[in-house]
Amino acid sequence: MATVERKATGGIGDSVLRKEDRKFVTGEGRYTDDLKLPGMLHAVFVRSPFGHAKVKGIDASAAEAMPGVRAVLTHATLPVETGVLSASNPPGSDVRQPEQPVLARDEVRYVGEPVAMVIAENRYVARDAADLVIVDYDPIAVVCDAEAALADGAPLVHSEYPDNVAATLKHETDGFDAAMAKASRTVELRVVNQRVTPMPMETRGCIGDWQQATGEVTLYTSTQVAHFVRTFVSIVCGTSEAKVRVVAPDVGGGFGAKLNTYREEFAVCAASHKVGVPVKWIEDRTENAVATIHGRDQVQYYTAGVDDTGRIVALKMDAIQNNGAYHQLLTPSISHLTLFMVPGCYDIQDISIRIRQAFTNTTPTDAYRGAGRPEATHGIERLLDAVADDLGMDAAEVRRVNFIKPEQFPYSSSTGLIYDSGDYETTMEEALRLADYAGFPARRAESEKNGRYRGIGLSTYVEVCGLAPSAVTAAIGIGAPGWEHSTVRLHPTGKATVITGTSPHGQGHATTWSQITQTELGIPFEDVEVIHGDTAFQPYGLGTYGSRSLAVGGVALYRSLGKVREKARELAAHLLECSVDDLEWTGTAWQVKGSPDRAKTIQELAGAAWAAASMPDGSEPVLEATTFHDPPNFTFPFGTHVCEVEIDPTTGRVEVVNYTAVDDCGNVINPMIVDGQVHGGIIQGLGQALYEETVYGEDGQMLTPTLVEYLVPAASDVPPMTLARTTTPSPSNPMGVKGIGEAGTIAASSAIVNAAVDALSGLGVRHIEMPMQPARIWHVIQEAKA
Amino acid sequence: MGQTITVTVNGTAHTAEVEPRTLLVHFLREQLMLTGTHIGCDTSTCGCCTVHVDGEAVLSCSMLAVQADGCAVRTVEGLEQDGELHPIQQAFHENHGLQCGFCTPGMMMAALGIIEQNPGASDDEIRHALEGNLCRCTGYQNIVAAVRSAADQMARS
Amino acid sequence: MIPSTLDYTKATSLDEALAAVAAGARPLAGGQSLMPLMRLRLAAPPALVDLNGVPELVGVCEDGDELAIGAMTRHRDVAADPLVQQHCHVVAQAAAGVGSLVIRNRGTIGGSLCHADPHGDMPAAVLAAGGSVIVRSASGERRLDIGDLVTSYLTTSLADDEIVTQIRLPRNAQSAYAKFHRRAIDWSIIGVGVVIGADGVRAAATGVADRPLRVTGFEDAINGGASPEEAAAAAGAGLSPTSDLDGSTEYKQHLVGVLAAQAYAEAAGR
Repeated sequence: MATVERKATGGIGDSVLRKEDRKFVTGEGRYTDDLKLPGMLHAVFVRSPFGHAKVKGIDASAAEAMPGVRAVLTHATLPVETGVLSASNPPGSDVRQPEQPVLARDEVRYVGEPVAMVIAENRYVARDAADLVIVDYDPIAVVCDAEAALADGAPLVHSEYPDNVAATLKHETDGFDAAMAKASRTVELRVVNQRVTPMPMETRGCIGDWQQATGEVTLYTSTQVAHFVRTFVSIVCGTSEAKVRVVAPDVGGGFGAKLNTYREEFAVCAASHKVGVPVKWIEDRTENAVATIHGRDQVQYYTAGVDDTGRIVALKMDAIQNNGAYHQLLTPSISHLTLFMVPGCYDIQDISIRIRQAFTNTTPTDAYRGAGRPEATHGIERLLDAVADDLGMDAAEVRRVNFIKPEQFPYSSSTGLIYDSGDYETTMEEALRLADYAGFPARRAESEKNGRYRGIGLSTYVEVCGLAPSAVTAAIGIGAPGWEHSTVRLHPTGKATVITGTSPHGQGHATTWSQITQTELGIPFEDVEVIHGDTAFQPYGLGTYGSRSLAVGGVALYRSLGKVREKARELAAHLLECSVDDLEWTGTAWQVKGSPDRAKTIQELAGAAWAAASMPDGSEPVLEATTFHDPPNFTFPFGTHVCEVEIDPTTGRVEVVNYTAVDDCGNVINPMIVDGQVHGGIIQGLGQALYEETVYGEDGQMLTPTLVEYLVPAASDVPPMTLARTTTPSPSNPMGVKGIGEAGTIAASSAIVNAAVDALSGLGVRHIEMPMQPARIWHVIQEAKA
Repeated sequence: MGQTITVTVNGTAHTAEVEPRTLLVHFLREQLMLTGTHIGCDTSTCGCCTVHVDGEAVLSCSMLAVQADGCAVRTVEGLEQDGELHPIQQAFHENHGLQCGFCTPGMMMAALGIIEQNPGASDDEIRHALEGNLCRCTGYQNIVAAVRSAADQMARS
Repeated sequence: MIPSTLDYTKATSLDEALAAVAAGARPLAGGQSLMPLMRLRLAAPPALVDLNGVPELVGVCEDGDELAIGAMTRHRDVAADPLVQQHCHVVAQAAAGVGSLVIRNRGTIGGSLCHADPHGDMPAAVLAAGGSVIVRSASGERRLDIGDLVTSYLTTSLADDEIVTQIRLPRNAQSAYAKFHRRAIDWSIIGVGVVIGADGVRAAATGVADRPLRVTGFEDAINGGASPEEAAAAAGAGLSPTSDLDGSTEYKQHLVGVLAAQAYAEAAGR
């Protein structure tokens, strides 16, 4: 896109360089493993090598006898009150919530489930001792595939649930059957959204520090949601929430993996309680592959009822979601987000959805970048291409026919959402122009001359983000609200502290929140400090996930800044001996209208409010304001991604040769940061499309436990990208902002797969599953030719 | 069982006793408290732990501390001089080449290895030279731009 | 993860190294494969002798009709060496593609051969080149064809007291190495080295079995006058690579032909 000038300082709309960067480029970032507390011991977990087994006994005597070992804790000796709790109970789904003990009691249900915890003076000794813990397992039959788990006679993951059904979500419009009956044709498609792993570069890790005398506990943990963790630690460890402090130090990426409350977080607190000193655990990468949540793993069966113009008049989706062995924080609700977005950006009035969720002998799935929406988008975008193929229509044309039109906003979707704003066709046309869609046939002909198949694919997505109106989270059975907090505090020197409940881990909130503060309150960017990720300093907050930080937390900040500005106005009127109505805001000061010599800067007012020598009647000292902002609606970013691929028929390799993204996330605070989010999001979607898959063997073993088998793409494996934006402000908040953290990932996989299918469409290929690794593509070509 | 080693890190000689199995990265992080060098995998795949040993970019998770006895090690903490960011640090900042920052020290040390070996590297060569360093946040586009910019800057000065 | 407890000695001469292996230590070369195995505790040698300080194990020279490469010569140096580039391009090219830059800075040719990974490039390239290794122990020296060194998955025919000191490569005028992998950093799914010599074409592949194998289907066809395309179609015959996450047996057999033809064309063009 047109490069926007990057600045060292600035306000809303400027590409300001990040104030976070210096500590990270100098090595002064402080991640959890960088912290060292006095007397701290190290924990290593003994984990199940079996996908399903009875635990008949644990012999830790050799480990306990090893010099340097302080304790070996098991379910019987770890002082906790309860197991891991899920906050997700979708109403009407008959959701089942199996007990998930912090350390396995008598049965393990996936490879990697923690059974014992060795605590020693350093991690080397703890590792050695863990190898000496002897666990007597009696293996049981496993089932890892969700469709297999729901079949008759499947091994049972939890013996108390005789069908492996975890929950069932259903939604159908009244007119569905009639609408489907009227369709002139139906198009069917089965789409697999394979299991993937978030793989933040920093694995998880935590330190529990229980003060024996007071019962206060501090948990340092690599999390996106410190406040959730605080509540759950208090419940699981049996202490007052007021005694629990959770600190998220610098967090090295999350992508949803750290939007959770994990067994190890409870275990280090309880272990510290038990041994009397701080206990640290740092996850190995091989542990991360089994102990941290996975994402996706949904199989969808679509039937589209279509009329002769290509319009989808009725849509049915029957899906199966693999929940894994237990329910983590939001597991049963992730496919609820899929359900919401099944119709995508298309005006499909009649819909029927069923999503059956299954227990399997695998690591639990939960929110991974996009969390349910990539599954919906990938499916509907593949389906649109299948409809176009069926009717012999152009992929862009079938989208034009089905798009929700600009005049239909706010738009009530057939799944019960109200889309705030959008102009899908304008954005698509811009993307088609930038990607030279019209010139594609010539490029395809050129590739054919070189013996390569070339294809072009579209993804026209809309997503739901800005989680979430609290009434909605309550209505869909998520046991947590969706508001966010901010506090703005002006110091007597005129500097500002901004406290936010959001919890950035790469998103640059210190920079963007400072920009908002400069624009809205006139405090220079460099005079703003942003505090996050420490429950001791923040009132309640909810954290960073679901592309919510700006649309909820940023708006909370905006409102606090407005409150401070208005309080400053009253003080200025008092000091200037005029009415508040006589004052105008200059951007940095209140002045008597038309009289620049009669003005008080915000810094002067901050000092005066602190000194409190002369305050208006009834006004309290200090310029400070707090807001708890509960959004009235979600926001709905959208856009069009266009991908062009070349396929080498001799090897089957798919190479992305052009990638163009036009996104619309409403008003933008920092274009540079938004572009960075889009870049990273696209490459995670590309990773799922081309490289990544978390694979279990039939025996329940994890076949992709390291970064050697689990293929996170590197710089040489990804294409350069062309980005652009349109701007359709959200009417749901005063800033007109939406969200951008997940959009790239939501959009990318279908654009890439659609391009590959297009490339091979001449051979009669109609669908390709992910990841499109060379061997898969080669076989697709061979079979198509046969 | 400990062995005494002397390693010059960022210009300062450190003599310490280490267990022979101690990984160089753990020695740097836990004995010298130079925590800017990170650990991201168990398999020499991610590059987070990249440092320079005697001028070569290497993985400090795949080397024992005892192997660095007598060597000169440069870590991310040694890049900044007299409060001035090194051109590679400045370039990552100016090009938004980092988000969460976890891969950044290793990425910069690997990049420096490339620039020093091949100052005129093309964007494609830069991408290939960085293939041993994984980043999950940026999609690499701005990292490549940062390395390109640092290479140009260093070639000029 | 973390290696198990071990003893460590750093050899400063070959004699010291040989004495250490005779006493039970395992040689530590570049460590780019061994250290990860130790960290994952898939290998737990009680004692290591570090060969990184043995000067006589490093460097490339000409010796009669052959090139002699010290076993501890790093991939980066093998790849960049003018003699290897000129006289045994297949090995230079394979070395240039091992792992990533940081791995090539540290990993060694001898280490790669002795690690004997069934997807390693170096054993196949050396096999294609008709190379051999010089093996030393305290009691003497012997020479082993590369095909006799690598015997199975991560297994060699070396005795516990032996060290590979040198790789001997016959000169060739035309050779090349072609590999296929998913990410640039990954092990080869299949890699094929091709040498066009006075006595015909030799081809060897990695990823096809528990050890590198000659691609006799390709060799016989091309030496019998077949076109490269015809030879490629015959390349997979007799090879049965394992079906796994990287691809089916059939796909890998096909890749052997694709890569053999690619390497052959490149070699012929040199």
